[in-house]
Amino acid sequence: MLFEPFSTLTSRTIVLRQENVDTDQIIPARFLTTTSRDGLGDSVFYDWRFDEAGRPRNSSVFNGLNPGDFRILVAGSNFGCGSSREHAPWALLGYGFKAVISSDIADIFKSNALKNGLLPVEVDDDFHRYLLSHPGAEVSIDLENGVVGVHGGGMSSVFKVEPFARRCLLDGVDPLGHLLNRKNAIENFEEAHA
Amino acid sequence: MRRPDRTFATLDHSTPTLPARADGSLPYATADAAEQVATLIRNCERHGVKLFGLGDPARGIVHVIGPELGLTQPGKTIVCGDSHTSTHGAFGALAFGIGTTEVGHVLATQCVLQRKPRSMRVIFDGRAPDGVSAKDLALLMIATIGADGGQGAAIEFAGPAVEALSMEGRMTLCNMSIEAGARFGMVAPDETTFAWLKDRPYAPSGDAWDAAVADWKTLPSDDGAQFDEIVPINVATAAPMVTYGVSPDAGVGVDQVAPATRGAGDRQAFDYMGIEPGQKLSSVAVNRVFIGSCTNSRLSDLQAAAAVMSGRKVKLGVTALIVPGSEKIKKEAEAQGLDAIFINAGAQWREPGCSMCIAMNGDQGAPGDLVVSTSNRNFMGRQGKGVRTVLASPATAAASAIEGVIADPRPYLIKETADAV
Ligand code: SF4
Repeated sequence: MLFEPFSTLTSRTIVLRQENVDTDQIIPARFLTTTSRDGLGDSVFYDWRFDEAGRPRNSSVFNGLNPGDFRILVAGSNFGCGSSREHAPWALLGYGFKAVISSDIADIFKSNALKNGLLPVEVDDDFHRYLLSHPGAEVSIDLENGVVGVHGGGMSSVFKVEPFARRCLLDGVDPLGHLLNRKNAIENFEEAHA
Repeated sequence: MRRPDRTFATLDHSTPTLPARADGSLPYATADAAEQVATLIRNCERHGVKLFGLGDPARGIVHVIGPELGLTQPGKTIVCGDSHTSTHGAFGALAFGIGTTEVGHVLATQCVLQRKPRSMRVIFDGRAPDGVSAKDLALLMIATIGADGGQGAAIEFAGPAVEALSMEGRMTLCNMSIEAGARFGMVAPDETTFAWLKDRPYAPSGDAWDAAVADWKTLPSDDGAQFDEIVPINVATAAPMVTYGVSPDAGVGVDQVAPATRGAGDRQAFDYMGIEPGQKLSSVAVNRVFIGSCTNSRLSDLQAAAAVMSGRKVKLGVTALIVPGSEKIKKEAEAQGLDAIFINAGAQWREPGCSMCIAMNGDQGAPGDLVVSTSNRNFMGRQGKGVRTVLASPATAAASAIEGVIADPRPYLIKETADAV
């Protein structure tokens, strides 16, 4: 087991209304020269959270919040576009997030997130609009059934996760084991294509 | 590691572009950057992976040297932990960027789990006017379909304007696929492709070459192939493109004005850029120019920039950085005297690497700088904290360096043609 299995999650949300939030915003490139994953949570959205002198920005939605209290990030469409840096989901996880909700999440980010136990949730436009305009809403995510909704009833949306990645998340396993178990098939293929 | 013989490494993202100091040490931006490079060198030695390391005449940006070495070939599956891996699709390879975990999967098993993407064909009709480069076609395409228009898709670029492109132009186009959200971009291999690959160090030779070409000729999409989505783009009236916002789809012709805002996100982008809706883009002051990156650092890109800069001077107050994509390109450019043209114009001629494309090696702008850049991302802070990026072609970037404002490169072309007559 690589990370905690993901079944259901209930938490209040932090909302970033911007569209096209790219991976350079999630974690600026100057933090990428590290050769370890530790401490990346401190750098998440760094230039949005802190000013030139490293003081918290009053305008930031993160200002004054206690990281551990918010497990769900809600963002505008095309979240996570840009580079393939896996530091983006690592930094979000490091900050305390377990799920990201948007109407549309960039492919590479989605794939990286799933491999690290950060759940990307793509919801329908109505529910997305509701979440964007209700920061701090208490939201429940049920991965087994593919449903996300306001905790205790109200607005909700179904969502889909690529079935194999979903299984891995529910079980808390990395797909590497699955690949390594196919050693024979890999060898046969290599022989046939030598 | 399963197949060190099929794995290659280079140093590009974190290496300095300034020459070694007198004592031979390299001016790394941070101790972390030096450590990252040292770690890669150690790991390659330990696992027997071929590294095009410092001092190697084949070193350069991964998406520049793969094709240069002939490692990139039609029909191959190519992955790299970098989202611009789609560049290699220019050869009809299935090439895509993956994350660190997936890199681990590939190193251990040669496999990476994928679902079939949706298919999309972007057809560039007509003939691109003079002064309109592959970069301009890419920016036009992204402005047309949006930064998420290719989400989940593999794009095939087709049509007469693509067939007319050189391999370098096709690489530029495929390189930018990810800026439209697509992980894959590709062009059907043809005679242009084969001619470019012939006699490259890792390309097949002798009988194997003939067999390979015969095989590659079977790769293009069948006539009447079905695509999930087809996007026609007419290039006959296209202009050199520049971006005015903080997403690569915020692009218009260099002779146009910035369009009206569509929402709060746009407002934030305009505020960040210091550009107003309705403002003429050719009036925007520039204080930095970057010509380089895996998008536009190849020989023809440098030639296009040199043609504009030749015999002219970079505007006082503008810093212009020219960074070739590989050691090989650097050498070829110097053999043609391009370095002298740049240096005489007052630009800086640097060592190969990613440089200001990602600004993690110390090459970066200062807060508030406006950079006309031939790279691929104009995200906030991409080229340094508070730095504003305008994406453009090498010719447009060079013209902007000369004029000190965002500038149309076409007048420079017309003048040269007139001189030549
Ligand atoms: S030049 Fe820029 S986009 Fe290309 S590989 Fe380097 S950092 Fe990535």
